[in-house]
Amino acid sequence: MSEIAPKKTPLYEEHVRLGAKIVPFAGWLMPVQYTSIMGEHQAVRNNVGMFDISHMGQFIVAATPSSQKVGGEGAAATWLNTMLTNNIDKLDIGMGQYTFLLNERGGIIDDLIVYRTGEDTFLLVVNAARTEEDFAWLQSHLKAGRSPDRPSGGLPASGKPTAGGETAAPCTLANRSAEFGGVAIQGPRVVELFHALSGRDTEPPARNHIVDFPFDGTAVSVARTGYTGEDGVEVFFRATDAVKFWNAALEKGKTFGIKPCGLGARDTLRLEMCYPLNGSDLSPQRNPIEAGLGFFVDLTKPRFIGRDVLSRAKENGTKEKLVPFRMKEKGPPPRPHYAVFSGGCQSERIGEVTSGTISPSLNWGVGMAYVSSAHAKIGTEIDIEIRGQKFPATIEKKPLYKKSAS
Amino acid sequence: MNVPDDLLYTDTHEWIKREGDNVRVGITDHAQSELTDVVYVELPKMDRQANAKEAIAVIESVKAASDIYAPVKGRVVEVNKALEADAGLINREPYGQGWIFVMKIDNADDLKQLKDAATYQRQIE
Repeated sequence: MSEIAPKKTPLYEEHVRLGAKIVPFAGWLMPVQYTSIMGEHQAVRNNVGMFDISHMGQFIVAATPSSQKVGGEGAAATWLNTMLTNNIDKLDIGMGQYTFLLNERGGIIDDLIVYRTGEDTFLLVVNAARTEEDFAWLQSHLKAGRSPDRPSGGLPASGKPTAGGETAAPCTLANRSAEFGGVAIQGPRVVELFHALSGRDTEPPARNHIVDFPFDGTAVSVARTGYTGEDGVEVFFRATDAVKFWNAALEKGKTFGIKPCGLGARDTLRLEMCYPLNGSDLSPQRNPIEAGLGFFVDLTKPRFIGRDVLSRAKENGTKEKLVPFRMKEKGPPPRPHYAVFSGGCQSERIGEVTSGTISPSLNWGVGMAYVSSAHAKIGTEIDIEIRGQKFPATIEKKPLYKKSAS
Repeated sequence: MNVPDDLLYTDTHEWIKREGDNVRVGITDHAQSELTDVVYVELPKMDRQANAKEAIAVIESVKAASDIYAPVKGRVVEVNKALEADAGLINREPYGQGWIFVMKIDNADDLKQLKDAATYQRQIE
């Protein structure tokens, strides 16, 4: 994608030392696995696993000292609400939400989590592959004042906020990605590990919340979020603290069966939960409604980029839908770009697989595909074409894997 | 990586064990380690005739599908059905229970085209 040499996270040397298989991913050199994707996947499902997520991007959006509240809401919140699909107003301080950054056609530029870290200060955690593009998009809208609230430009050439001036940017936007490292610690034993790392009396934040904790002389931000379907936290720290935190967590985690986990397990874990992967299941040609993620779009908001398209999509339905499926027989794994056909004798091509694998938890082929809406109902029989041969599958409900109650 | 001395090898990481007029074929320890967890094997069809370097089987790991090639010209006379139930045998015992197929070779001289252990070892270093 880019001709620039891939970047290394602050944990790169640790991955190499642990014998990880390193691959280029989204412009970064990342561990795909340390020992085995299966083993790392099971560590997260049964105990606890730790992923390097330092490649992800972090932006800070904050009100300027001169910015004014709009209808009781801060300037940063008001502006972000015009740029993102979910409703910022639902966030108390310390809370986060999953949301989308859309283009004018309602297509997905990125899916991300936005946290309200102060009254009118926000942290956006974005996908590595989209960091530059997201930032440029947000910045161009901020500088040009081209949010739907401000259809015309007219900024001073510097783009700097002008005290009290109507054309000033309503808030500041900073790309802090290079300053931060991060890990995701995921699995049923994460709270035990958190206690071991932080001292017994501190509890991790509640689900979807973020809290700062002291750690070995520095501060780390801990969010109760993840991409695996297990209980877990994502921890952000200064890049210079990354190695210290990583090794402390591995050391303290030994008792709980911790494993360092790579992108391979991250992908199988998220797919079992039907969490979409940007670049595979989501793209600028797809909108959140057809991706089945309308829950994270608040159409009651009067304005945000892409709103009109989404509103129509919701009303009229979409041509295709993203659906999870499960193979009917044990066989080869479904993979991205395999063609999907309607089942039965009048078989016609109805779509394409966007994600697929052998689920390590189910030991069975599963995936997600965009199929024409007429064939998107749960229980519909479909065929996946693998090397010229059709293999039957069934459209399922999300998630593809559910933990047994035991 | 384990590269047994008594086997022959291909550039494409198959190992070959001569058994009279037949050869037994699998993938090397190095190959299984590179492929990572093998989750599915598409075995060659019985009695299939194949030329050397013709793709006749597929090994699928979690991440990718890889072709397996006939090491020499011949006919498939046996396939390892155990891999249908447990493809992970290829990771655990690449030179043992993880063998993939047996071919009856057309011409024993063709085996001279294959690499010995020392040459293969240098290839993967």
